[in-house]
Amino acid sequence: MKITRRHLILLLPAAAVAWESILAGTPEASPNYAMTDHWWSMLIDIPKCIGCGNCVRACQAENDVPDGFFRTWVERYHVEDWNLANPQVISPDGGKEGFPSVAEDPNGKYFFVPKLCNHCADSPCTQVCPVGATFVTTDGVVVVDQKYCLGCAYCVQACPYGCRYIHPEKRVADKCTLCYHRITKGLTTACCEACPTGARQLADLKNPKDPIHAFLKNHSVQVLKPQMATGAKVFYNDLDGSVR
Amino acid sequence: MPGVEGFMYPNEVSLYWSVLIVLYPYVTGLVAGAFILASLVRVFRVEAVAPTYRLALLTALAFLLVAPLPLQLHLGHPERSFEMYLTPHRTSAMAMFGFVYLWYLMAVLTVEIWLDYRADIVALSQTTRGWRRLLYRILTLGSTNVSERALHIDERVGWFITLIGIPSAFLLHGYVGFIFGSIKANPWWSSPLMPVVFIFSAMVSGIAAVMLLYMALMRLRGQPIDMRCVDTIAQYMLYIFTIDFSLEMLDLVHRIYEADESFRSLDFMVHTKLWFSQVVLQICLGTLVPILLVGLVQVTKLSAPLRRRMYAVSGSLALIGIFAMRWNVVIGGQLFSKSFLGYTTYKMGLATREGLLVSIGFTILPLFILAVLVKLLPPWPQEQHAPRHAVVAGD
Amino acid sequence: MSIFRDAEHLFRLAGVYLAGTLIFLVVRAGVIPQSFGQYGHYRGAAIGEIAARPLHFAGHQSCESCHSDVAQTKAGGMHAHVNCEACHGPLAKHAADPSIDPGKPDVATLCVRCHTASAARPKGFPQVDAEQHSGGVACNTCHQPHNPAIAAGGAR
Repeated sequence: MKITRRHLILLLPAAAVAWESILAGTPEASPNYAMTDHWWSMLIDIPKCIGCGNCVRACQAENDVPDGFFRTWVERYHVEDWNLANPQVISPDGGKEGFPSVAEDPNGKYFFVPKLCNHCADSPCTQVCPVGATFVTTDGVVVVDQKYCLGCAYCVQACPYGCRYIHPEKRVADKCTLCYHRITKGLTTACCEACPTGARQLADLKNPKDPIHAFLKNHSVQVLKPQMATGAKVFYNDLDGSVR
Repeated sequence: MPGVEGFMYPNEVSLYWSVLIVLYPYVTGLVAGAFILASLVRVFRVEAVAPTYRLALLTALAFLLVAPLPLQLHLGHPERSFEMYLTPHRTSAMAMFGFVYLWYLMAVLTVEIWLDYRADIVALSQTTRGWRRLLYRILTLGSTNVSERALHIDERVGWFITLIGIPSAFLLHGYVGFIFGSIKANPWWSSPLMPVVFIFSAMVSGIAAVMLLYMALMRLRGQPIDMRCVDTIAQYMLYIFTIDFSLEMLDLVHRIYEADESFRSLDFMVHTKLWFSQVVLQICLGTLVPILLVGLVQVTKLSAPLRRRMYAVSGSLALIGIFAMRWNVVIGGQLFSKSFLGYTTYKMGLATREGLLVSIGFTILPLFILAVLVKLLPPWPQEQHAPRHAVVAGD
Repeated sequence: MSIFRDAEHLFRLAGVYLAGTLIFLVVRAGVIPQSFGQYGHYRGAAIGEIAARPLHFAGHQSCESCHSDVAQTKAGGMHAHVNCEACHGPLAKHAADPSIDPGKPDVATLCVRCHTASAARPKGFPQVDAEQHSGGVACNTCHQPHNPAIAAGGAR
């Protein structure tokens, strides 16, 4: 349908109203959002990821992520036969421009693993912050208070997953915020919005109607580095044992 | 990617803790070690090392004043560092820094120095002129009481301060070891042995530093070196070095034996990227050679000049070796990927904020401060008459 | 008292330290951020600051509220679950002010990102070798992006 000027005159006010209802206030003051009603997590469905890199690009655009650093990235694994202990892994520029094509390997398999901050319930990174500049919110998101952070990088060292970095210009710790500014307004994260196959899905564990509950009942899920006992809340469907 | 072998998580490629973070534990280690040497005199009554008592305290102070500087230069926002005093996070070992540092500086070291020097300070406040007179008068805190009773009280309180100073020194440096040892994400660091190894290697470095400074200063003043003193210091250095080396070897043997998921990656790293700094510099030149040299002195009869040379070489090698140990822990811990699939390279700048020149500056600065302290608070009697201990040529 | 006289310097030292501690406590009370400790050991105000970051992606609900016809076309095809901004990029500015023309995505680079054949992609995912498939002809010559399947009447 071609948008004509007549359509615009009708649509502009409607769009404005729709937009305003999305941009409703700060979470703790907002009547629409109560922090205690939510416990955020994410579900990543490995068999659905096609390694297109949309999520990495979308995150960079949404959150002004500096070049060379990543709030989310995609890794490509090549596992040969039973040799799970020695996968070949690449992540060219975090997978931002996708991956080079490969030919079929008769003896091995390939798959993609999107990674991001796991928003751990028992996060080792918030434990070590000397001043309280990084913390777990009441609704389960691990964020950095960039006005308070000293940039000591202790949290970067403490994260087992390599999801943190020091912002080169702001000189404070930076990481995935689970698009807190979006999820508190009823939107989904930028990476989930951009994913064309639904491999990434935001989930609210406290919402009984969230599809993740049925999914968890019917599938085999894993978290990264379970031996670290971090209470990671990013769940992977069908995660291979070779994933580091 | 340049400088990267294998696979690293994308955010791991650049190192976040630089040579300044290597320097910080090295400097606080020297402080703790020098203080332990001083406590040998005061608490354990090892009279032989008494000539180095005051020098050890001043050395500790000179290095302690410099210690926060590498940290400040490393922080992304040093102007916010006061937040550690405002809202220290109780679960963070690093949050202890501000308070442990302050406690050690104000409640232990400066009080002990002040109490030991008070008689001299009062005397100097009356005999000097100009700004020095004002400085000494401030240091007296307005009290000129140097009666026998007052000095006796000073001595008793000073003894007590030294006593609590020992665990304080262990805390000052041990918490740094815990900062690394408590990080489960990093298998090169995560170990309950880490604080203990840090403390023992700190003691070696501090003792070696005071021994070298004592010998150098005596040479500069044209005074004879008290051989009984340096022989005893070298002995203590040997004992503590042996314990330190045993602990490090225990860690190594344990790693090789258990061979957990991180072992192959770390083993490869030690054999390649850390070969020179760990095997050659830290273990062979920095630990085994000093232990052998000083050990040799214990079992053979050697002349005083030869012993002095061996102590000078051992002490210098020990200082280099302990620096290498800090380097291998801090830098080594960031060279390998937490995926155990790759390695990166540390690119140390030259004239940058966290570069080589700044590090060299921070290593030399305490010596300048020590020179000032030695001038203001002379460790030895001003008059050039007979030294307190008889010179014993070749004990 | 004689003990006081001989230990006077120690009391003076203690006094200096006490004064220092009190000054610190006063400074701390003045400088510590107001909202600190509100929800935990952090500045409560930080939550609002983080949540107030600007949006760059509008979210597909926003697109569908105006472009319902496209949404309907899409819902019937293989791209049903591909959100608008996955191909069209961040459109929050356009959603806030529809007179801003976001432009069309570049077909030459867009489609191949997902659909270039690679053994790494999941089996069953539609992939082609662009040269073999169309000889370099633009994808939207034959495929309508909102409903790409040709057999289902999606051909242009």
